[in-house]
Amino acid sequence: MNWELILGLGTGILFGVLLQQGRVLRFEKQVGAMLFRDMTIFKFMLSAIIVGMVGVNLLVGLGVISLKVKGTLIAANLIGGVLFGAGWAIMGFCPGTSAGAVAEGRWHAIWAILGMLGGAALYAEVYPMLTDNVLALGNLGKITLPEMLGVSPWLLIPILSAGFIGMFYVFEKNSI
Amino acid sequence: MDTQFSWRPYIAGALTGLLAIASVWISTEVLDSPKYLGASTTFVRAAGLIEQSVAPEHVANNAYYESKGVKVDWQMMFVVGILGGAFVSSLFGRQFQFESVPPIWKERFGSSVPLRAGGALLGGVVAMFGARLAGGCPSGHGLSGLMQLSISGYLAMAGFFGAGVLVANLVYRTKGASE
Repeated sequence: MNWELILGLGTGILFGVLLQQGRVLRFEKQVGAMLFRDMTIFKFMLSAIIVGMVGVNLLVGLGVISLKVKGTLIAANLIGGVLFGAGWAIMGFCPGTSAGAVAEGRWHAIWAILGMLGGAALYAEVYPMLTDNVLALGNLGKITLPEMLGVSPWLLIPILSAGFIGMFYVFEKNSI
Repeated sequence: MDTQFSWRPYIAGALTGLLAIASVWISTEVLDSPKYLGASTTFVRAAGLIEQSVAPEHVANNAYYESKGVKVDWQMMFVVGILGGAFVSSLFGRQFQFESVPPIWKERFGSSVPLRAGGALLGGVVAMFGARLAGGCPSGHGLSGLMQLSISGYLAMAGFFGAGVLVANLVYRTKGASE
């Protein structure tokens, strides 16, 4: 194994431990958030995003790392996002957590994984038919919120963080 | 509802943020390529590897497989690692538990294993097709995208959660029950 694979494996093991310790792997937690009964996955995710936003932007500012932003394709991001959300509600796992859910003994996540492999193969077949239409609609390139608004990320990070913490307050106040 | 307050998801989440930062930093230094967390492209590569064993020509001629590269890479090992990490963690925390039909599903559709399997399969196909069209999943678009304040991350997350809420409420909310 080369360094790329070793780093991938090591990072994955730590992520698997944190996902499991955060109790976000289960169907109940994923679907529970969509039913507004249990917002654990958002507490986990938004906490990671607050810390990550600060660290990533700090290191970018210091010139140590670079961003790797996914392209904004308005139609594809939204239509794909909606399809993902619909399927996510039924299977109750997302791609990253499905592997961890199987590892926790929730073996029905194997069906979800098989389905997702099928969905990936299907997309590979259909992809050439989408490049000139859906994937070309509303292509804004690899753009970030601060770039679009013409402001420093350090103006937005405190605002977004405060918004996320406000959401935590609402979750805890409602015991969800 | 009455979920007990716990620091657990916040602490595990914050540590995940640190892990994400460390991953990008270390991979930049060691591999000269920043590795942001993500999972869904692995399903494309894995599907390609499986198809390759039956129809290598077909995979070689497919534009999407070519653009992603059908190989074992950082992210595939990352997903394998999640499996290992979650397994060890669930054993140590006595959280490991076999489950063939989850409670919320059982309450709505009963304990039929084939029905749950069919739902998970169908949901998986639709979800992954959507994730690939959107360009990522809650890890790549959600965690990594929002950390970078990317517009695509916010758009995709709005689609993920908006549709998730709509479909989950249509599918699982039984007349007046559980409220």
